[in-house]
Amino acid sequence: MAISLSLTVNGKPVTAEIEPHTLLVQFLREQLRLTGTHVGCDTAQCGACTVHLNGRAIKSCNQLAAQCEGMDVTTIEGLAAASGNNGALHPMQAAFRECHGLQCGFCTPGMVMSAAALVAEKPGLTEADVRAGLDGNLCRCTGYHNIVKAVLAGAEGMRPGTAAPAKAA
Amino acid sequence: MNAPDSQTPRMIGASVKRKEDYRFLTGAGQYTDDVVLPAQTFAVFVRSPHAHARIKSIDTNAAKAAPGVVAVFTGADLAADNVGGLPCGWLIHSIDGTPMHEPPHPVIAHEKARHVGDQVALVIAESVKAAKDAAERVEVDYEELPATVDTAHAADAGQPLVHDGVPNNTCYTWGHGDKAATDAAFAQAAHVTTLDIVNNRLIPNAIEPRAVNASYSAHDDGYTVYVANQNPHVERLLMAAFVLGLPETKLRIVAPDVGGGFGSKIFLYAEDVALTWAAKKIGRPVKWTAERSESFVSDAHGRDHVTKAELALDKDGKFLAMRVRTTANMGAYLSTFASSVPTILYATLLAGQYTTPAIYAEVKAVFTNTVPVDAYRGAGRPEATYVVERLVETAAREMNIDPAELRRRNFITSFPYATPVGLTYDTGDYEACLARALELADVQGYPARRDASKANGKLRGLGHSCYIEACGLAPSNIAGALGARAGLFEAGEIRVNPTGSVTVFTGSHSHGQGHETTFAQVVSERLGVPIEQIEIVHGDTARIPFGMGTYGSRSIAVGGSAIMKALDKIEAKAKKIAAHMLEAGVEDIEFADGVFRVAGTDRTKTFAEIALSAYVPHNYPLETLEPGLDESAFYDPTNFTYPAGAYLCEVEVDPETGETRIERFTAVDDFGNVINPMIVEGQVHGGLGQGIGQAMLERCVYDNESGQLLSGSYMDYAMPHASDVPSFTVETAKGTPCTHNPLGVKGCGEAGAIGSPPAVINAILDALGPLGVKDLQMPATPHRVWQAIQAAQAAPSSQHP
Repeated sequence: MAISLSLTVNGKPVTAEIEPHTLLVQFLREQLRLTGTHVGCDTAQCGACTVHLNGRAIKSCNQLAAQCEGMDVTTIEGLAAASGNNGALHPMQAAFRECHGLQCGFCTPGMVMSAAALVAEKPGLTEADVRAGLDGNLCRCTGYHNIVKAVLAGAEGMRPGTAAPAKAA
Repeated sequence: MNAPDSQTPRMIGASVKRKEDYRFLTGAGQYTDDVVLPAQTFAVFVRSPHAHARIKSIDTNAAKAAPGVVAVFTGADLAADNVGGLPCGWLIHSIDGTPMHEPPHPVIAHEKARHVGDQVALVIAESVKAAKDAAERVEVDYEELPATVDTAHAADAGQPLVHDGVPNNTCYTWGHGDKAATDAAFAQAAHVTTLDIVNNRLIPNAIEPRAVNASYSAHDDGYTVYVANQNPHVERLLMAAFVLGLPETKLRIVAPDVGGGFGSKIFLYAEDVALTWAAKKIGRPVKWTAERSESFVSDAHGRDHVTKAELALDKDGKFLAMRVRTTANMGAYLSTFASSVPTILYATLLAGQYTTPAIYAEVKAVFTNTVPVDAYRGAGRPEATYVVERLVETAAREMNIDPAELRRRNFITSFPYATPVGLTYDTGDYEACLARALELADVQGYPARRDASKANGKLRGLGHSCYIEACGLAPSNIAGALGARAGLFEAGEIRVNPTGSVTVFTGSHSHGQGHETTFAQVVSERLGVPIEQIEIVHGDTARIPFGMGTYGSRSIAVGGSAIMKALDKIEAKAKKIAAHMLEAGVEDIEFADGVFRVAGTDRTKTFAEIALSAYVPHNYPLETLEPGLDESAFYDPTNFTYPAGAYLCEVEVDPETGETRIERFTAVDDFGNVINPMIVEGQVHGGLGQGIGQAMLERCVYDNESGQLLSGSYMDYAMPHASDVPSFTVETAKGTPCTHNPLGVKGCGEAGAIGSPPAVINAILDALGPLGVKDLQMPATPHRVWQAIQAAQAAPSSQHP
């Protein structure tokens, strides 16, 4: 039996009929066709499905859509706009490009969303903080080297008052 | 490459930011699971819970009656339609001359299931959920049979047979090299180093799970298959010609954005065939996306060798001979290139960087009741490198010679060099790579760091690995003589559009490698067209002339060379057009930086003007030249390429806990010329992550009795996380350009995974040496390291792996 769900996705109000068992990731990918959020595992470990829920990074494979009633969801598609960056990439997205922090791109949306939330929550990250903070996101392409560089560069770019996108070290 | 000779910035050698990044960073990538077709249906496979079982009956009636179900199929349905089994692409012959055993590899298991996860029924419904619910209602009556699991004992007498008609579960016993010369050299040796090596079985784990979306159109009696695959034309050839019996014209394979492959998406998989066949049966598109737990039991695994290896040396440490005996696990069926991995891609690399004059390898390939094993990043070459570099470092320790010095005494220094195992290295400078790695890793400062660790109660170790690999598998005729059932060339097409933009069609396939940028750099450098105006098209058999895909680090060396050949033709034709427009002889036309010039004059035409003239041929030599500017080329290499490098790993071990940390990892690689250093270094980083994963974390574990996969999820299989690996020091050496392809490139995709495992283990063994530990198997988990320390201390005179 379908239930009604109202929430905000990427700044826009959304009301939809959903099956009660619908996961947030299924709702985003299948009903809203926001396919930038990916599914890479079935045990909530790979983090490819990471989105922001009321500003916190969560794994959308591990959350029922119905739990998000009235909440504010940001996906990778809405991150740049949410940063108020006037259409340009969010500083974390820009840093990933600058530092070659992505290869196949599949883990990337989740990585970027996790990284943006990590930096927002904890300013002044060290390399060890970044490595520990990305524990919930798996990448098989990069050996994490450039992802760590990108997150540190993105943190610089996200500092209040920093206008220009981050540059690679 | 040559130094820039003009004001124009050079594209080749520049770390250009990637063209493909924007879509991946904004969620606009399109992977197979993102594709939804009108009237889409969804598939779920019923998979065997048993490693080995006779399928007595399958009752699908309840499933067919379940809500939302469109169809349920079993192996009997495919057999009734004469759907063939999956083919193996490489024929290996045993020492006695007999061809390998190729037992049937059914698309859906029929009569018997041979590994946990073997697909036994296909359920198609209106939603994934409906298909899953219905799959629960498929009743399979299994008669469980004893299973063969363990690689080392699969060929023992009395083991359950995986396939009737394959005695001793032995697919082939293959020999390579001069056995008599090798045995004679061992008889003369002053020192022999012997190792028992397990090359641990791995699960590739691309983060995008495999996925297929197949459709059939009655309009043209054709199929379109979206699939997460590394080589769409090979998929099409195998599926059309060998399994479904279709002309290639009726089958279009599209591999859109693909989320990592590492070899595991080279192959023609059963699911791809089953869905394609079913799409016509039901007259609707059908999609399947693996759940991760399903990937663990259906993606081809990697490695899984058990080896006895020996190295014979004279009193001065000169290598005299190497003797290797390997048992390689094929799993339950022969996957697409499984047979070539532990043979052609393995034993041919046992010379490494050294002048070892005599080498003999014997490889027994065995079937077991496990998931098929096939190429995984490096495919045979990591296994060979691990054998060679573990032997060399162990010999150095046993003979009390510095490991770097022992390598130097045996390096190949003059090229071309024909190894005793069938390859001819065209070029290389192994001493330079090692010297640079020793410098970058500050090995001079190592003793002080070791002493500092010791003062803190820790053990520090330094490990070396000097790898070589053979990439761009070729030439086709030689590969054919060695058993390949496919060509190994690459195709490329350059289409210059009327306004001077360029569309490049390549048979290579990018699934993370950044071809859209690297290939555009090559074209931009050559034609003087900005890379923003160059589009690289790949991954669609309806658009690309032909292709052999991406694996074996072949894209730039083979695919890039095909593009260069097509560019030669473009330039030649464009010069003729320019000669006509400039009223000069074609031999007087020079072309540089996008401008055609009559030599020694200021009379010029831009590339864009020539392009326009080719399509608006008003002032054009129509009587001697066709309009248009579109050329294609096929390139078949004359030799492999031979990337090589020196890797150094420095570890610190806590002897109380066995916990091991990599303190420094230094990689110096000779890839010949490099198009985009940023991308190349990224490839090395990724390879290192996987190689370190193999050395310290990852291990696919089956229960030897039941054949159940014990490491069947990310909770059990130790994938490297960001906190498990260090930052790397990576340098691409000035390099020795490949001598036989137009770009002088060698390929870089697998090096990191090939070179790093022995460096790590050699380092750990160096650290543990003072405690009497002499051997250790991968992965060197804290538990294993701790056990090795305990065993060595309990019995200091004997060796306990």
